[in-house]
Amino acid sequence: MFLGYASGVGKSYRMLDEGRRRKMRGQDVVVASVQPDPTPEVLALLQGFETIPSRIMAAGQAIDMDAVRRRRPSVCLIDGLAYRNPPGSANPERWQDVQELLDCGISVITTINLQYIREKQPQVEAIRGKVVTDSVPASFLLRADDIEVVDAPPEYVSRRAAEAPVPDRHALEHALSKLREIALVFAAEVVDSQLDDYLKSHGVTQTYGTHERILVCITPRSNAALMIGRGRGQADRFHGALFVAYVEQAELTAHDRATLQANLDAARKADAHIEILHGEDPVAAILEYATREGITQIFVGHSQRSGFWDRLRANPVERLILESSGIDVRIFPQKEASSVS
Amino acid sequence: MDDPGRPRQGRLKVILGYAAGVGKTFKMLEEGQQLKGLGHDVVIGYFEPHGRKDTIAKTQGLESVPRRVIEYRGRSFEEMDTEGILARKPEVCLVDEFPHTNIPGSERQKRWEDVQVLLAAGIDVITTMNVQHLESLNDQIHEITGVHVRETLPDWVLKTASEVVLVDLTPGALLNRLDRGVVYAPDKARQARENFFKEHTLAALREMAMRQTAHEVDLRHFDQVGHRGAEPERASGLEHERILIHVTGAPTSVGLIRRGRRVADYLRADCFAVSVVGCSGIEGLRPELRETLERHLDFARKLHIETRIVDAEDEAEALVEFARSNGITQIFLAKPERKRLFRPQARQHLALRVIRLARDIQVTVVANRGASGA
Repeated sequence: MFLGYASGVGKSYRMLDEGRRRKMRGQDVVVASVQPDPTPEVLALLQGFETIPSRIMAAGQAIDMDAVRRRRPSVCLIDGLAYRNPPGSANPERWQDVQELLDCGISVITTINLQYIREKQPQVEAIRGKVVTDSVPASFLLRADDIEVVDAPPEYVSRRAAEAPVPDRHALEHALSKLREIALVFAAEVVDSQLDDYLKSHGVTQTYGTHERILVCITPRSNAALMIGRGRGQADRFHGALFVAYVEQAELTAHDRATLQANLDAARKADAHIEILHGEDPVAAILEYATREGITQIFVGHSQRSGFWDRLRANPVERLILESSGIDVRIFPQKEASSVS
Repeated sequence: MDDPGRPRQGRLKVILGYAAGVGKTFKMLEEGQQLKGLGHDVVIGYFEPHGRKDTIAKTQGLESVPRRVIEYRGRSFEEMDTEGILARKPEVCLVDEFPHTNIPGSERQKRWEDVQVLLAAGIDVITTMNVQHLESLNDQIHEITGVHVRETLPDWVLKTASEVVLVDLTPGALLNRLDRGVVYAPDKARQARENFFKEHTLAALREMAMRQTAHEVDLRHFDQVGHRGAEPERASGLEHERILIHVTGAPTSVGLIRRGRRVADYLRADCFAVSVVGCSGIEGLRPELRETLERHLDFARKLHIETRIVDAEDEAEALVEFARSNGITQIFLAKPERKRLFRPQARQHLALRVIRLARDIQVTVVANRGASGA
């Protein structure tokens, strides 16, 4: 699957080029759908392929599934995965056609635009100010054996889209560069989840630290709003993930329970993964969780109170620092005289 | 020349990949061909053929500026002829392998320094590099690959590029290319298979290249529209940060500098490196210690970090005081060594003392990720 952030980045070209190279290596490759208005480069590449004509229906056209099944190529090129089939087709959406072909043992190389990934649509619509109705669920993309990003600078794309009725080139480039960022991060997340599966299935426990995963530790008494806010901001800048953990404690006062609830609400609002941990030893529970989740940074509050016992043995924050491995620990001074855990 | 003053600065475009064979050089040449087709004056300044047929075919019709031969220890080496390119003065110059280190005896140590000369002369440059050569990622790359990459590029150099474009290929396809002998000659390919070219290693590097490109896009976008862009950052609890990195002669300082620089870049924070050397100043240090410390400070400066030396006896107090009087929001320190764990003196460790003293400043204790030297 070739993923691009906008039309004009060159997905069709890349798909056909890949098909061409496979053909040269002796694979049986056919084209089952082409996009309207191909560029001269795409048109030139298309000449080299056998094409199965689309089925023309009253309300539009669709891949001729019967013809493709009869022809039974080893590889089928399908441009534009997120296409809504006209009424009367066997499948309402093209990605379902693709699933059928895969089930028949036909490999498919296809293209998709970021704006058609269902889960990304709210974000994309906010940027483009345009609602698209065709969509493909991200879960279908995750089933693809391979997703490759087709990347190009926005000025290149907008030059190609010069005829488009766009009043403001800069606004367009601004929008395109946001979309580009989203597409790259989405692709990175797909790669990350595949990598994760691979490592788990091979029993590898090593965390790769390919992206930042921030864990904010909250307590009923900590000033969590600041830590969660910083954690969210920093996770966003790193295109990373935010986790908030609380180690359950017995016998909380009503006031503590209220503060804890407010802290957990702040965590939910910040779109964090929330985890309630259990364990006699809170530091051990946090570190065990952090290691399992591949955390790269722990945020923790630190009270300035140092009582008699604190001076003799390491306090929880000090233990976090000393006992963690491969994780940065960021300490937030707590203004009020409250203890940490 | 129509402009009697300084020529316009050339534009730099970096084609970013994650391994040899993903198609960076091919892409660079393809862009060169396209620009030439549009009537621009394009030359190849340096090109590494690696014996790849498809790539070599892409040079057809592009003029190459001959390389310079440099003698070193009785052998001849070929490097890019920067002066030759300046004399030829093309509009666009294609330069392969941006992070390359020149052979001793060259005018400049690094190829990226040669590229800066070309840019200053108003020549646009299209160049190639892999993500693992980025300085701030050095320790993470070591964790993933087990390799200490030696040829590194300071992150700020990549930042000067007006455009960073990702070349993507799946690890599976790359390994196919390797096995078909497209990437390396057979014995080198076998060797590569055994270390760098493992599917999961490649996947991790690929993910990092994607994330780095996303960051580069974000950065340029931010520079263009500024803070008050069209959409505010989600619940951005970020203030303007000023980061202080504590530098010593200890080997952990190198990783600490890289990490601090990287975080500062992502947070768009100011970044300082401070070393506390005792009341007799840096001259009072043992020669070996002084030499290491100066090397570390020099490393920080190469990454565009402002460095300061503070003469004081108490490191923790001096750091916190410096932080307070300079509006520092976050102090970056090395993690206490493991062997001191639980001993009474662990509590006297610098990081823990600074945390106790810094009542109004955040402290980040950075894990030791097995950094290689500066």
